[in-house]
Amino acid sequence: MSKKITFVQGNEACALGAMYAGLDFYAGYPITPSTEIAETLAVMLPAAGKKFIQMEDEISSMCAIIGASLTGNKVMTATSGPGFSLKQEALGYAVMAEIPCVVVNVQRGGPSTGNPTHVSQGDVNQARWGTHGDHSIVALSASNHQDVFKMTVEAFNIAETYRTPVILLFDEVIGHMREKLIVPEEGEIPLVARLRTSLKEGVNYHPYLPREDGRLPMSDFGDVHRFNVTGLYHDMWGFPTDKPELVQELLRHLIDKIENNVHKMTFYKSYFLEDASTILISYGSAARSALSVVKQRRNRGESIGLLELNTIWPFPAELVRECTQHADLVAVVEMNVGQLTQSVKLAVGTQKRVHLINRLDGQMIIDKDIKRILRILQGRGI
Amino acid sequence: MDVKYYLRERFFPHMWCAGCGHGIVLNALVRAVDGLGIKKRDMVMVSGIGCSSRISGYVDFHSLHTLHGRALAFATGVKLSKPSLNVIVPMGDGDALAIGGNHFIHAARRNINITALVMNNRTYGMTGGQFSPLSGVGTKATTAPYSNIDREFDTVELATGAGATFVARTTVYHVKQLQSLLKKAISHNGFSVLEVLSQCPTYFGRKNRKGSAVDMLNSFKDGTVPVGSKKKQDNPELIERGVFVDKILPEYCEAYAELVERATAK
Ligand code: SF4
Repeated sequence: MSKKITFVQGNEACALGAMYAGLDFYAGYPITPSTEIAETLAVMLPAAGKKFIQMEDEISSMCAIIGASLTGNKVMTATSGPGFSLKQEALGYAVMAEIPCVVVNVQRGGPSTGNPTHVSQGDVNQARWGTHGDHSIVALSASNHQDVFKMTVEAFNIAETYRTPVILLFDEVIGHMREKLIVPEEGEIPLVARLRTSLKEGVNYHPYLPREDGRLPMSDFGDVHRFNVTGLYHDMWGFPTDKPELVQELLRHLIDKIENNVHKMTFYKSYFLEDASTILISYGSAARSALSVVKQRRNRGESIGLLELNTIWPFPAELVRECTQHADLVAVVEMNVGQLTQSVKLAVGTQKRVHLINRLDGQMIIDKDIKRILRILQGRGI
Repeated sequence: MDVKYYLRERFFPHMWCAGCGHGIVLNALVRAVDGLGIKKRDMVMVSGIGCSSRISGYVDFHSLHTLHGRALAFATGVKLSKPSLNVIVPMGDGDALAIGGNHFIHAARRNINITALVMNNRTYGMTGGQFSPLSGVGTKATTAPYSNIDREFDTVELATGAGATFVARTTVYHVKQLQSLLKKAISHNGFSVLEVLSQCPTYFGRKNRKGSAVDMLNSFKDGTVPVGSKKKQDNPELIERGVFVDKILPEYCEAYAELVERATAK
């Protein structure tokens, strides 16, 4: 793939990123505002000799990609709000059985049908805790198409490295907005290939016995090693167990493999943070408006900066703590009731107040909205 | 043949009750695979949740024990991503036709080359004997204490209507027929459905005063007849055994390969 300048929707940028990452298999179900991802891949995947299937529903789409991952493929599905709710059980299966896969959620208004064609960032905590049971999860976000592309590639890299589902938490504005995308050249963003076992036939292969570095080499269905995969608590063979020590070890492993590597999967951008006394924290399309405010205010000489998080989960608490250390005012800009603000508060601690600058009405939060609330927070009135 | 060659002895004893019909299906299944000469590494068993679904863990194939009702959806991903694999999906009646009903009809409609095995004991065994969509009116269950008012599906008619290109039924009493129908279903190039009437003496049997496992097996002998038998005309209560549908229509993975040819030819 050579460097190519395109003018595309965010959903297309995501599809292009997935192809760049080596997507082999996509299963999906139509839903607004993510459908263009499926439509784009319905063209591109067969043309590349790869697999695209439109399933009978959201649940089966999630299940099908897990099945396809087990035969050795890079897999993805995409959805929005209600579909993301439906996928939660199978998402938990991918967590438990440690199946690499990428799940895109182009967020729209909710709860329930909410508003399919309007923007929201209301699924941030669902991405974290949507499936039942104790677990960890990876969720990435982006505010522009270059980053949509990059984060999509990184989602596949993280999924393969840690044998985990990775959620791409985009939103309606990002998904439908058109802007420039420079498609990186081959090799420009490194790709992670699946780690496969080197054990030969006849040698016992333990699919769920982590190596010393915590990674678990895989073996494709159809290859020489035959093993069991289950959503039940399981031992190193993948066979069900309820032995307390094995259950404890399994859950610890599932959580630690993510939480112990937060720094390796933290992606972020910082704008004018060095001397900033006011710090905005944002992500997704809201970060575009936040950046616009920061630039305008900087031009007037105000010491204000922006921390844009591309990694939402695992929450980069250390990074947020460090960045906000010397700030007088911290405000999170997001289009929900403060879902990420909660995590920022925990990271920043009780010495400093963390404020929420939000919008909840299905409209994108714009610079004017942020400026109005910011003035009040700064004690300057409207 | 050496049955043990196909089993994961490490995982025995199995978890089924004494007298459960599911072990007979397991036995017939490995004999069918052996008879067909399919290599173990080419076999994938995908199951859902329930007593029947545990069958996948006991065989030395690639095995995927998934979510309640979703086995066919996982299996579709396995098969389409690697069509060279033989995919068998053993399911219980509730698993296949209640929570999994949507996947069942759509897998049949696509005619993807997967073998769906519906192990029908007319109850949810693992959760303790609730009624299923195959229990039928008048049966008793822990959730139908005043006798069931829910009408049942006819698995064969449902599969046929949904477009399965091979549809058959037998019982665990008719072991030889079970083996031969399993072979046919696995060899069939398309979506095949084999319903196997199996006994759950622990719940369905006890709740409905069906007697011991042996009594229940005998009722399969007395209550079924070969397809097209004249006896059925005289006694509509009898259940037919045998092959109901066996036809060749474009298989999904092959149709997909042709689609790829169209997409890449330019
Ligand atoms: S509960 Fe019924 S179906 Fe389950 S193992 Fe026991 S006899 Fe078999």
